[in-house]
Amino acid sequence: MTASKTLEGAIAVTRFGLGAKPGEMTEAADDPHGWLKAQITRDGAEQPQGNLPGSVERFQSFIGYQTGLAPIRRQRKAPMTVSMAGEDEAMQQHAADQLKEERRAALQPLLEGVRDEIFARTRLAAATSQSFRERWTLFWANHFTVSTSKLQASVLVGPFEREAIRPHVFGRFEDMLVASSTHPGMLLYLDQARSAGPNSLGGLYRKMGLNENLAREIMELHTVGADAGYTQGDVTEFARALTGYSIGYKNDPPDEQGRFLYRPQLHEPGARTVMGRRYEQSGQDQARAIFADLAASPKTAEHLAKKLAIHFVADDPPRALVAKLRDAYLRSNGDLAEVAHSLIEAPECWSPEARKFKTPYEFVVSGYRAAGAEPSDPAKEVVQPLTFLGQRPFAAPQPNGWSDVAADWAAPDALVKRLTWATKFSAYYAPNDGAPVDVAAATLGDRMSAALKTAMARAETRFEAFSILLMSPEFQRR
Amino acid sequence: MTQDNAFSRRAALKLGASLGVTFLASPALGAAEAKRKLVVIICRGAMDGLSVSPPIGDANYYALRGPIAIPADAALKLDGDFALHPKLAGIYALTQAGQARIAPAVAIPERIRSHFEAQDLLESGGDHLYATTTGWLNRALSVQSGGVTALAVGAQEPLILRGPSPIQSWSPGGKVTQDMARISTVLQDLYASDPMLSRAFASGMQTEAMAETFSGDGTMNAPVQPQRAAHDYAVTTAKFLTQAGGPSIAVLSLDGYDTHAGQGAVNGQLANHLRNLDDVVNGLHDGLGDSWSNTAIIAVTEFGRTAHINGTGGTDHGTASTMILAGGALRRGGIIGDWPTLADTKLFENRDLAPTLDVRQVFKGVLRDHMGLEARALDETVFPGSSAAPALNGLIA
Repeated sequence: MTASKTLEGAIAVTRFGLGAKPGEMTEAADDPHGWLKAQITRDGAEQPQGNLPGSVERFQSFIGYQTGLAPIRRQRKAPMTVSMAGEDEAMQQHAADQLKEERRAALQPLLEGVRDEIFARTRLAAATSQSFRERWTLFWANHFTVSTSKLQASVLVGPFEREAIRPHVFGRFEDMLVASSTHPGMLLYLDQARSAGPNSLGGLYRKMGLNENLAREIMELHTVGADAGYTQGDVTEFARALTGYSIGYKNDPPDEQGRFLYRPQLHEPGARTVMGRRYEQSGQDQARAIFADLAASPKTAEHLAKKLAIHFVADDPPRALVAKLRDAYLRSNGDLAEVAHSLIEAPECWSPEARKFKTPYEFVVSGYRAAGAEPSDPAKEVVQPLTFLGQRPFAAPQPNGWSDVAADWAAPDALVKRLTWATKFSAYYAPNDGAPVDVAAATLGDRMSAALKTAMARAETRFEAFSILLMSPEFQRR
Repeated sequence: MTQDNAFSRRAALKLGASLGVTFLASPALGAAEAKRKLVVIICRGAMDGLSVSPPIGDANYYALRGPIAIPADAALKLDGDFALHPKLAGIYALTQAGQARIAPAVAIPERIRSHFEAQDLLESGGDHLYATTTGWLNRALSVQSGGVTALAVGAQEPLILRGPSPIQSWSPGGKVTQDMARISTVLQDLYASDPMLSRAFASGMQTEAMAETFSGDGTMNAPVQPQRAAHDYAVTTAKFLTQAGGPSIAVLSLDGYDTHAGQGAVNGQLANHLRNLDDVVNGLHDGLGDSWSNTAIIAVTEFGRTAHINGTGGTDHGTASTMILAGGALRRGGIIGDWPTLADTKLFENRDLAPTLDVRQVFKGVLRDHMGLEARALDETVFPGSSAAPALNGLIA
């Protein structure tokens, strides 16, 4: 095996993958490109395992929660009876607290469902032998962010990723765009489900109206990008075309609840013009035609190529790499498997210098992989630490998802928090066998520096050595 | 983002000397500016100015907003034209004491309706998008003589504080154990070849050590009542600001202001987030104690929301919004800037409240009169290309 092969193996598992599990460094070094390419599969990503209900079931639980709340709300609004009015304030406060408590209890099962999703997904990332496939998937899941920051959408964050993103990660981008834009999770998160054209039946007779949130974010975040030169008029026109894209609610037949539902009575009649193109189609075909044009746009190719290059290689990525990814996208009509191949083949991705700084999720996942372990307690090992480190899964604060650049994650306080987690984690998970320097070699391969090697040899305990390994520049970067 | 490596290394060496043992105060500041405190609160998601400070005297307000307008009898009246949202009771009390004011129609210099681009421009302080990649408050530190430092509160470092000057950052929940202190000395060696990590880590450990000097009173722990978290974080922020040798400037971020649907009025989604904002200002007031009289607070958002209610009980991305100033250092006064009105013909692009004041004019007025920055540095370095947007007079007592 040549020296360059072992370094390329280390780059494959740490920069393209999610960090080395014991033994993985050797496997990948045989044929680093082949190791990565074997993970590109037409059937998409792996699916997290566990008791994970789909969006229909989850949405029905949410309806159940809302229906259960109605009597609680009525109780709160009910005028006080004569005898109640005579009670002192403490009694009233007690009643209010009790209502709040009931509300919290009703919400509990819904929140536990989100926790189960976070746990299952993190275990998959820690355990998988297909960690390039999973990293690629996490990129697209973040690109199409649906967040728990909005209660209605929060019950659907896991189903959204499993149903709209994972099956399409090595398929056509347009298919993923359509799957995302017609999934109840996205339709609720970006307020599309109740948007109505002013001249639709809903607009004319039920005082419903337009909401442009999804239209704007599809253009700005999901496809052509903010600098593509579109105007407010384009956003409004696209929003009109999207009217009618909705979901089945509790008053719809049970087999429609929690699914995409096109409502013709909300659709704005007439042709639309978006970014200079006229769309004569009627009904839901109109927005579909716009999706197709957005997906095929060179601006989208450029936007996605740049984001991918930033994710995999550097915050300020080589222009030649961006151009290669863009061309692969355009040449293949947006085939993401082809884009993944061109990423692997680009020499710019294999430079020895590790320029990317791990996000907290990548850091924790790669810690488990280095220890050859998987988390076993959903709250204590996954949700709490990731919240503490500033990246609770499925909870990005804004629709542009989590930042992918070091400036956002390497704040002074963030490094102290990483050290805090690393020492706690090492106390339980520092490998018990093998010299620390061998553990470091299995984790970083040829990327280990002489300084780290010395530090491993000098460490007084396995715990200390593993903490230092996790906090080393080589491990923090990829 | 590129870093000034030479500078980083120097800063790291300086900070490293005091690492992980006890907090050593920086050289005595002495200068009056060091006692001056500035807190910037960034309300992310486009906060609706027409709900923050409802223009109860504007003939068009209630027609435009319908059910999400704040009723005049529920609003907290400032004068015949403006009121504050009822959840801003603490800030309202400050206005009555001459220690808070509103600027009801401010905007960033470029007309943008993307949250992320607008936040970039608000925080970078450029005259147009992507003109600069560092934050204006960091550049303000770099032209400040007298060793003033800044603290970012929260897990992430906001753009407004990024740049050549080293800053501190802190969020609750850390505690430096003996293990961590020992390991940190090894890490400092390993980070010698990585300026970004070296500088950030040294600063983080130093700030955590400082936090531990006032951790005895329980405010560092998880708040007992989660709903008061905003208040408690603000109290802790205030403690940093009042430590000897502590930072003079702090930045906090609040989010959740993107109310496209079901915005609510007196109560509801937006009202809850406004209560958070009020809690933060109250917490700063409570925590700063005597230093309150030397403090200026700016609460600002990236842009406002559409003048008209949208089809889903909310509002979409607009243009001008309200900025709130508070603090004992303010000069007593009324509304800041002109009111363009909500008349049809006055709306920007027929849909948004039109701006009458550039956010940079307010920032510059505060930096000049409160923090002692010179006009030329403000025009050229802190807000490059902003000489046409002059500092506003009369904000600071």
